[in-house]
Amino acid sequence: MSSGQTVIVDYKLGNLFSVERALHKVGAVNTLISNDSEAIENADRLILPGVGAFGDGMNNLKELGIINSIKTYAASGRPLLGVCLGMQMLMSESDEFGRNEGLGLVSGNVVTLEQNEDNRIKVPHIGWNTLSPVESWSGSILRDLEDETYMYFLHSYVTVPDDPKIILATTTYGKNTYCSVFKKDNLTGVQFHPERSGKDGLDIYERFANDN
Amino acid sequence: MSLSVRVIPRLDIKGPNLIKGLSFDGYRALGTAEQFARIYYEEGADELIYQDVVASLYQRNSLTDIIRKTATEIFIPLTVAGGIRSIDDIRGILRSGADKVAINTAAIANPDLIKTAAHTFGSQCIVLSIEAKRREGGWYEAWVDYGRQPTGVDAIEWAQRAVDLGAGEILVTSVDREGMGTGYDIELTRQIATKVPVPVIACGGAGKAEHVTQVIEVGMADAVSAASLFHYNYLQPVDTLFMSSDSDALRMGKQVDEGNVDYLHDKLCGAIPWTMIESASIPEIKKRLLDHDIDCRSIDSPGMSDLASVGDPS
Repeated sequence: MSSGQTVIVDYKLGNLFSVERALHKVGAVNTLISNDSEAIENADRLILPGVGAFGDGMNNLKELGIINSIKTYAASGRPLLGVCLGMQMLMSESDEFGRNEGLGLVSGNVVTLEQNEDNRIKVPHIGWNTLSPVESWSGSILRDLEDETYMYFLHSYVTVPDDPKIILATTTYGKNTYCSVFKKDNLTGVQFHPERSGKDGLDIYERFANDN
Repeated sequence: MSLSVRVIPRLDIKGPNLIKGLSFDGYRALGTAEQFARIYYEEGADELIYQDVVASLYQRNSLTDIIRKTATEIFIPLTVAGGIRSIDDIRGILRSGADKVAINTAAIANPDLIKTAAHTFGSQCIVLSIEAKRREGGWYEAWVDYGRQPTGVDAIEWAQRAVDLGAGEILVTSVDREGMGTGYDIELTRQIATKVPVPVIACGGAGKAEHVTQVIEVGMADAVSAASLFHYNYLQPVDTLFMSSDSDALRMGKQVDEGNVDYLHDKLCGAIPWTMIESASIPEIKKRLLDHDIDCRSIDSPGMSDLASVGDPS
């Protein structure tokens, strides 16, 4: 059983409720959906969820005045999980709709998925795709998952970490092979939506909730 | 893997029940929506679509309670359609636990709704729903109000315009084929799928597994949706002689709504109107896709064996 409180950051763009329901389903019932600085800084676990545009997401974090709180939390060494847009915002910057500065917790960029000219590879990438291991998954929220497990993706942009060693898994879509999971110390980012990826996705939240 | 096709059961919902139009015989309740949704999740459905079929009569979508209840148990994406008219409607549906909304009637009346909705919630959760009817001369006309009203709008041009406005996905339903079981409108699907850069979900007409592979291979669909094809596979005829709509014998879940349930009786009329549909389970459809070298999410997930007895139509 997990201990302590998991705070899901509410910055008005998140799939907050499906993340919370997934946590409850795996027994992590002590959850709080919040954009309160103190709650974020004192969380035992933090989830930065999200769907939507990078610029909107960062603007909302700025307007809510919680950018520094997230950075303070990240520096504490306690686990932080960024989901989809939440993963992307951990990066230094994004090319989405002009240049946008990210949280800068993970060095690297966010770029658009490349489309094939014949419209056969559609963007946004919507649907199930597989995780191919790069670095070992032991000790990460992916441990015990089989290689090439399917997860649900819904995105047009991907992260490009400067340090390739933090990439745990890649996913291939058309001519794009991109980072779908990274782990840098206490910071984990997943490009897919575990809360929408059936039982394998729930397992990821279970591991996150029970890791110390 | 690169081009994983999604298999999406569509649940037409009235009150608490999953319903299906049978030929020209009106709607029949097949069971509760929650029960079917749970089975489809366990069986490996990639997403679900909930369609509120009476929404246009009441000018609103009435599914928030069902969405809320199913969202605690079902961890795959849910698209909700029917009677969605405003930004507030969309917010309410998404807050209830849906991941995407599909909009038809209101978008035709006011295309800016797509633009505003995509800007507010992101393109990825705004699906344009097109109900199209083939016209003389080979063009396709967009219809509204659950296939009841013609609009004069060219469906293919409308699809392209809606993508420019911000729609992130297109659900294409053939009004001619819906409920017929004679196959998807391949040409309609292909025309839209090859002209828009966003994913296209084909809907309407699936009567057997072969239709599904056709609409992917020839129609270029990125995802396939079907109702009867799956519902009739998981529907359970019962053998109690006298039943009412609140009978315990209805193993698919008691129906709260009114409705004749005799058609569920396997000795009375349990097999008549839908014999034209060669129903299939979700695993069967996925196996066929893989046999055709069409990539899809594997279905050997744990927990499926628990539901073998529920999923077995015999």
